Amino acid sequence: MGTITARAPKEVSSVYARTMSTVRVLVGTKKGAFILTSDGKRQKWDVSGPHFAGWELYHLKGSPVDPNRIYASQSTGWHGQLIQRSSDGGKTWEAVGNKFAYDGVPGTHQWYDGTPHPWEFKRVWHLEPSLTDPDVVYAGVEDAGLFLSKDGGQNWDELSGLRGHGSGPQWHPGAGGLCLHTIILDPVDPKRIFIAISAAGAFRSDDAGATWKPINKGLHSKYIPDPNAEVGHCVHHVAMHQSRPQTLFMQKHWDIMRTDNAGDEWTKVSGNLPTDFGFVIDVHAHEPETIYVVPIKSDSEHFPLDGKLAVYRSRTGGNEWEPLTKGLPQSDCYVNVLRDAMAVDSMASCGVYFGTSGGQVYASADAGDSWTAIVRDLPPVLSVEVQTIGS
Amino acid sequence: MIIRIALPTHLRTLAKVDGNEVEIEVAVSPVTLEAAMDALEDKYPVLRGTIREHVTKKRRPFLRFFACEEDLSLLDPGTTLLPDAVLSGVEPLFVIGAIAGG
Repeated sequence: MGTITARAPKEVSSVYARTMSTVRVLVGTKKGAFILTSDGKRQKWDVSGPHFAGWELYHLKGSPVDPNRIYASQSTGWHGQLIQRSSDGGKTWEAVGNKFAYDGVPGTHQWYDGTPHPWEFKRVWHLEPSLTDPDVVYAGVEDAGLFLSKDGGQNWDELSGLRGHGSGPQWHPGAGGLCLHTIILDPVDPKRIFIAISAAGAFRSDDAGATWKPINKGLHSKYIPDPNAEVGHCVHHVAMHQSRPQTLFMQKHWDIMRTDNAGDEWTKVSGNLPTDFGFVIDVHAHEPETIYVVPIKSDSEHFPLDGKLAVYRSRTGGNEWEPLTKGLPQSDCYVNVLRDAMAVDSMASCGVYFGTSGGQVYASADAGDSWTAIVRDLPPVLSVEVQTIGS
Repeated sequence: MIIRIALPTHLRTLAKVDGNEVEIEVAVSPVTLEAAMDALEDKYPVLRGTIREHVTKKRRPFLRFFACEEDLSLLDPGTTLLPDAVLSGVEPLFVIGAIAGG
């Protein structure tokens, strides 16, 4: 007997998807993790947490192929680093491996005063699960290094070709430390990885992490001795749309940049932004030329201009920006939005989310046109990631 | 030999233990501070790296070791013997976190 399939009218399918989908927001804060859950309508949110109360949760991220598999970076200055793993969507957790030993003799990088400083592991800033295997996960750490686990986080090995590729002794920390904070896995070429380090710059590997090259041509940083140096740029965050892995968008210390050749050359696209300092940048789930930033006044005043919180959206891949303020505080707002604290969902109407140092997580279910605080008064938010399940 | 070790709140939560202390069997003799920590980590592997650095076994800087009102933190853990009162179970060995103000 043959199979008979019927396609529901588009509007019925859309309603069904909004009802049956789950959106899960993973929030890392300075005093624990919180998990916010809603259906696809994204109007009512359940909040669970704090998970790991009292610990700093720099980042949590779920596996793209098994959304119940979530990894979390848990740390304190007292007790160091732990990695937690959940196999049930964050209901329960188990501590896995926390031994991050640099490969060989680590050597030195530059300290703030320009003197050599030994490489020392401090914490995991970012966890990036594989696009194809829930047991494979990358970790970006401070002092800057890239680690890989192939057994669900139990054991970690450094991909030392990055730190050892030659410019490592010239790397120096930003104000937040010498942190590897961004890891992007190419969805088309499984051997291509992008990473970014504050304040060394962006790097690319085309051989699965064995060797690396700096990809900072076109970046201009007037606060370093050679403004056009190959390394030394304070890259805050980088984002990619899955359909265009050659195109990356960057929020540098100052400047919004884009590349259309996988980082070989960057162009400034700050355009009409009122200030192009900031930390976050992200791309719309379905529109690869629609990008979002949260402008921050300056590197010495980490809050929005004039106390008015605004997301800026460009629908042209940069240069032309529009402020999005509906639902956001427009007076006396002096929060910051940190580099890993913005994410998008993949519902038909793309949702955009960001968390603040004031403990709010704002969400827009209409691609940024309007915003609502889906939770407030959390500890300062360090990271926000979103899982869209069942859409 | 069974000794008592008092742990900070976060470590008790990690180790999933009730109360302020854990009891640890130390199989080696003499019982040094290092042997006590090794035994603690053997019984509770999740604590590896949270009191001492993984590779060097150095005490983490914001933690200290006390026993019988004596600060053992700056002594060589490999040769520092635990006091009799700890070995007999009368007193615990304390792992104490630095107090954060503000």
